[in-house]
Amino acid sequence: MIHSLFLINCSGDIFLEKHWKSVVSQSVCDYFFEAQEKAVDVENVPPVISTPHHYLISIYRDKIFFVSVIQTEVPPLFVIEFLHRVADTFQDYFGECSETSIKDNVVIVYELLEEMLDNGFPLATESNILKELIKPPTILRSVVNSITGSSNVGDTLPTGQLSNIPWRRAGVKYTNNEAYFDVIEEIDAIIDKSGSTVFAEIQGVIDSCIKLSGMPDLSLSFMNPRLLDDVSFHPCIRFKRWESERVLSFIPPDGNFRLISYRVSSQNLVAIPVYVKHMISFKENSSSGRFDVTIGPKQNMGKTVEGVVMTVHMPKAVLNMNLTSTQGNYTFDPVTKVLTWDIGKITPQKLPNLKGIVNLQSGAPKPEENPSLNIQFKIQQLAISGLKVNRLDMYGEKYKPFKGVKYITKAGKFQVRT
Amino acid sequence: MAAGQAYSEEKGGSSSLGEPEYGHDPASGGIFSSDYKRHDDLKEMLDSNKDSLKLEAMKRIVAMIARGKNASDLFPAVVKNVACKNIEVKKLVYVYLVRYAEEQQDLALLSISTFQRGLKDPNQLIRASALRVLSSIRVPIIVPIMMLAIKEAASDMSPYVRKTAAHAIPKLYSLDSDQKDQLIEVIEKLLADKTTLVAGSVVMAFEEVCPERIDLIHKNYRKLCNLLIDVEEWGQVVIINMLTRYARTQFLSPNQNESLLEDSAEKAFYGSDEEDTKDDKAEATSLVKRKPYVMDPDHRLLLRNTKPLLQSRNAAVVMAVAQLYFHLAPKAEVGVIAKALVRLLRSHSEVQYVVLQNVATMSIKRRGMFEPYLKSFYIRSTDPTQIKILKLEVLTNLANETNISTILREFQTYIRSMDKDFVAATIQAIGRCATNIGKVRDTCLNGLVQLLSNRDELVVAESVVVIKKLLQMQPAQHSEIIKHMAKLTDNIQVPMARASILWLIGEYCEHVPKIAPDVLRKMAKSFTNEEDIVKLQVINLAAKLYLTNSKQSKLLTQYVLNLAKYDQNYDIRDRARFIRQLIVPTEKSGALNKYAKKLFLAQKPAPILESSFKDRDHFQLGSLSHLLNAKAVGYQELPDWPDEAPDPSVPEWTKCTSREKRKEKVEKPFYSDSEGESGPTESADSEPESVSEESETSSSEGSSSSGSEEEEEGSGDQSEDKEEEEKRKKKKEKEAPRKASLESAGSPSEEEEEEGVKKGKKKKQQQERKGCGETSSEEASASESSSSESDSGSEAQESPAEVETKRRKAPASTKPSPRATTAGPKEISLLDLDDFTPPPPQPVPSSNIVSSSLVTDLEGLTLTDTSLAPALLSPVFGSVRTYELLHRMTGEGLSVEYCFSRRPFPHDPHMVAVQIQISNNTDAEVKSLRISEPKPLSGMRIQEFPEIESLAPGDTASVVMGIDFCDSTQAANFQLCTHTRHFYVSIQPPVGELMAPVFMSENEFKKEQEHLSRLGEGKLTGMSEITEKLTLPEKCRSDHAIVQQVTSAANVGRVPCGADNEYRFAAKTVTSGSLVLITLEKREGAAAQLTVNSEKMVIGTMLVKDIVQALVQ
Repeated sequence: MIHSLFLINCSGDIFLEKHWKSVVSQSVCDYFFEAQEKAVDVENVPPVISTPHHYLISIYRDKIFFVSVIQTEVPPLFVIEFLHRVADTFQDYFGECSETSIKDNVVIVYELLEEMLDNGFPLATESNILKELIKPPTILRSVVNSITGSSNVGDTLPTGQLSNIPWRRAGVKYTNNEAYFDVIEEIDAIIDKSGSTVFAEIQGVIDSCIKLSGMPDLSLSFMNPRLLDDVSFHPCIRFKRWESERVLSFIPPDGNFRLISYRVSSQNLVAIPVYVKHMISFKENSSSGRFDVTIGPKQNMGKTVEGVVMTVHMPKAVLNMNLTSTQGNYTFDPVTKVLTWDIGKITPQKLPNLKGIVNLQSGAPKPEENPSLNIQFKIQQLAISGLKVNRLDMYGEKYKPFKGVKYITKAGKFQVRT
Repeated sequence: MAAGQAYSEEKGGSSSLGEPEYGHDPASGGIFSSDYKRHDDLKEMLDSNKDSLKLEAMKRIVAMIARGKNASDLFPAVVKNVACKNIEVKKLVYVYLVRYAEEQQDLALLSISTFQRGLKDPNQLIRASALRVLSSIRVPIIVPIMMLAIKEAASDMSPYVRKTAAHAIPKLYSLDSDQKDQLIEVIEKLLADKTTLVAGSVVMAFEEVCPERIDLIHKNYRKLCNLLIDVEEWGQVVIINMLTRYARTQFLSPNQNESLLEDSAEKAFYGSDEEDTKDDKAEATSLVKRKPYVMDPDHRLLLRNTKPLLQSRNAAVVMAVAQLYFHLAPKAEVGVIAKALVRLLRSHSEVQYVVLQNVATMSIKRRGMFEPYLKSFYIRSTDPTQIKILKLEVLTNLANETNISTILREFQTYIRSMDKDFVAATIQAIGRCATNIGKVRDTCLNGLVQLLSNRDELVVAESVVVIKKLLQMQPAQHSEIIKHMAKLTDNIQVPMARASILWLIGEYCEHVPKIAPDVLRKMAKSFTNEEDIVKLQVINLAAKLYLTNSKQSKLLTQYVLNLAKYDQNYDIRDRARFIRQLIVPTEKSGALNKYAKKLFLAQKPAPILESSFKDRDHFQLGSLSHLLNAKAVGYQELPDWPDEAPDPSVPEWTKCTSREKRKEKVEKPFYSDSEGESGPTESADSEPESVSEESETSSSEGSSSSGSEEEEEGSGDQSEDKEEEEKRKKKKEKEAPRKASLESAGSPSEEEEEEGVKKGKKKKQQQERKGCGETSSEEASASESSSSESDSGSEAQESPAEVETKRRKAPASTKPSPRATTAGPKEISLLDLDDFTPPPPQPVPSSNIVSSSLVTDLEGLTLTDTSLAPALLSPVFGSVRTYELLHRMTGEGLSVEYCFSRRPFPHDPHMVAVQIQISNNTDAEVKSLRISEPKPLSGMRIQEFPEIESLAPGDTASVVMGIDFCDSTQAANFQLCTHTRHFYVSIQPPVGELMAPVFMSENEFKKEQEHLSRLGEGKLTGMSEITEKLTLPEKCRSDHAIVQQVTSAANVGRVPCGADNEYRFAAKTVTSGSLVLITLEKREGAAAQLTVNSEKMVIGTMLVKDIVQALVQ
């Protein structure tokens, strides 16, 4: 299965390597660099590269390439999924998955990798088990460690590995027992030139933060579970119960985790909460163009649209932009040709507008295509699909937990074609 | 953090001379002295007594390893600490050891004893970790130690240690592949493990060490299916992939049924007996219709148990299930995976990339599946190019008459994209749409022509190439376009496009007679500056013009050919020479010249624009090989579906070639006697779909066999081949008696083997039936058709069931066999040999034991009865309940149980076979066990079982007796005697056991039903029809559950039924042979109506009660 792993930063330095079988020379990465060069763009590096003796399967996360070396047939998704799990674990442990954090915690990283794979086959990937084996670094602990000489490696034996609910560690204790659920919905949409919706759908997740003592058995029910068309579950959820009663019944992992992700059935029409009026044109032979964009709120159930940001990849011929905005700030990066307009909150009384002149490279032909506008926004206290949590019941423990549900709607891949 | 420091120092070290201890690593040509110094420092720390210092040193060393620097010279210093008390130090030492042991083999041996000690530790986690490190040390000398450790760990109490053992197997295998045989033994053992923890790991080991040994899976197949949902996600992926391959070898293709039904059905069923086909032609056609492919229940089990995993959060699991469904599920069911795959498109771009590749392949085969999700494949400008191109591929594959307009509108947007590679791909996609969908060809062509005026040359060039291909399909109407393109030669510089235009003009020069010579003129002018492919096309054009319009182009052609003659490229020179010889008539050129026109201006077939993903599905989807479209190292080919369901008893897949042989194998168990019932049972109905639910299958390995004959195979897969051989040997010896015994069983399927006997026999059977009191002419025809039906049916239906039972049976095999050997030896018919074959783990006893017992068996055979009507199907095996005849307390240590084996009683067809199992729990031998003084009620008859001479303490015997209950549920009373005691016992049959299943067609069923209700009208309505309404409980609404419940409540056979909310069953009472027809109609929701038609009102009423109870409980 997975033979070796190399972590490579954007400038092509291999800053970490780990081998689970015999050592594979770093030179195998040359094939990867070759492909990277060919791809021009980082995101176009093919995830699977075939070399004479090995196969390289790589992912790109947070400006790091995780390049794994494979020698025999293995489902590529198996490896890709695992590599992402590794990156997730780093994120979980160090707060971020970056070159510096990995370098700073190289021993922990190494210990983690050692536990996560055995002979190239995943062994312990559940964060709860890993945290039992190797404690995540905290400032307090590192101070204590330096004084007492104790270590990050758990001195208790990892019993979680033996349990039949491997996602939860045993003996959890909290003084305040809390369970929070964030229902986060994202609207993926493509809006065409005329403002009509080409494609829209709602993708949601429920992220949970559970800090409950003991072995609580939770069941979460919805007012309208039929809305959920396609659901994927955390392994803790009892599938049968969902099939028969549409209730999420589970013994939760300790801490933060993603309970479910779902798609709202496509029959439901998606209410698009914003509209965009745009006028972008490039004049022939005058090396300039006009840019005029207004964003306004549509029906959004009385909630304000906040955190609105528009990003536009302008055509290569654009040299500079002279714009004025009625609200928020804009920046234009002449190197990457990305225009970012940070609007903030939209008030219906005064619609934010950005307009001005686009300077084009003189002599270059006028760009054929108007750039598409990528919009981000957030609406608090609203799940756009109308999904509502009905109740949360806890069994198996005596105390009364504090429960909270938060709804939020965001723009996912929200694109307006112009 | 200390380690962090170490790390950054490490990094900066090469430049900062101030810190020599972290200085240059040896590889970069460092100074030895500083190197020494650094390592001295670390060595000192490692040698110190303080754990903190050791830890510090180890952290630095690990940081070096992580960086890829060589730290091997510290090996001795590090290895000393392998027994360190501090866990973190110990762990880091392990990391080091595993990394460098290969290079320092001798020193690594020093650490082995520590691990060996660890292997004996009372704590399972320490045992596991010791094994893990030990097996990771790649030192060939310790192979025997590893082997021993693995073997020991494989039988460890702790599942976690066993899991580690499974992980260690591939490690050892890669170190020394000679250990394969021994490792396979360990794998076999671990495969039998019932914990979810082990399952994934051992299958992984299986896949790495012996993926070809698919026979090891048979016994564990169901268990793996049932455990699957609880296995950790990575294990799930491996198991699902393996099971996909396995299922491909074991089951029949679920999608063959259409073709089978339509054309080959008759051949398949009747192929061997021609006459019969003719005779029954009329019936045959009607039979064929209700003889659809029935999925093997194990096949169904796999599909059912993997389906929930489509909801996994792990993309690899979802993909694994998706490929399983794609490769194994019936067409109608594959659709479920689309939704899940589309969900994955929201994931990371690498996941998208892989998923889209697979979707592209799938969408070619099963377009309909993804059509509802068309819009999910729309492209965003922010997608990476490789994703865009894959989405485009999928969109193109999905295009059809109805959605093409939407798709083309999308494509229009894409064409204006800034990403030119993507635009080029879009143009090609449009070309493909245009070729595939004739309706839009003109629209596409017009669109593409417009693109010819695009500013981007790449776009234009790509359009030209695509237009060329499109025009080739219908050139006549498009001379305008060709003219337009001719003009483009002035501007377009892309060689491929220029070449395409030239080819087009040459090919269709007759459509553009004025322009063509002009183009040639221009090209002749620029000839020397053109690219090679363009030059070739110029020559081509010249040649074609010369042939069609030599007046205008003769000189130009000469000129071009002359230029080409001195070209630098020899290809071009060759071509010029060749063409000159061909087209310019000279004295020498001779024959070919005449055909020049034919050669050049022949009709050329239009190119087919095909997806590059076509036929990629011969690779298992989701595999690396599929992604690369090339066989990766270690890829296991996905086998084709077998033509016939293979018999898992033959490990090497020596599939039986002859029909006969196969049939033998399949049918045999039907005649074997029923022994060894005990405890829970399972059903192996002839309606395999309804077979046994998970509950029991999961428990099936532990729980013992059932009462159905098929189960009595009584031997594991392993031994079955031996058994088979033995049997064959025996068969030769005892050919005659065997036939007799078979005939005595009156088997329908036996007829196939002895075709000659067939016809006469059938007549006999019919007569017998008439003798039984069925005099109506209808009945006669019914019996005939059903007899032929059962001939064919036995193959089509029973064989999967059979195959499946064998497999299921294997684990339970050990129990019945010893019992069987001691069982009333005289009663057993020859085919019970199966039972004499020892269970797999034991060595085969010498064959003379078998043959001697065989002789006694044969002596006891009575060969008189031939009366079983063929219409009486081999019974449907519902779950068989065991009843107590004599409790061990009252029986003073002798306990007797009985059950209804649902097999025709061989000596008298009017008797119900009762299987009796006697266990001797006393300390003494029980002698002369027999039945005496039966005191039957009027008309009731009892056929006693032969006396059991003696029963040793602790032994169990199983015998069969027959009772004619006269179609009543009155108890049969008799005495059970031993040499010392008499016990009064009685057997009371449940009403459902008083009948035997009958096979009939839907039409016959209806006819009979009508007939019966008419009978009723004569007297009172409702005399022969009892109807009861009921509400089905939740768990009893599926087809399987209903069929299972009904067949377990009564010994009835299912009648195929057109409507899917109706279930029909038919049976005949054993004594009088009156028909019992059962109809269960499902209404909306849980409501249902049960109707029983029977002349025997009492039986009907009781049956209704029993079935309702079975269904509702």
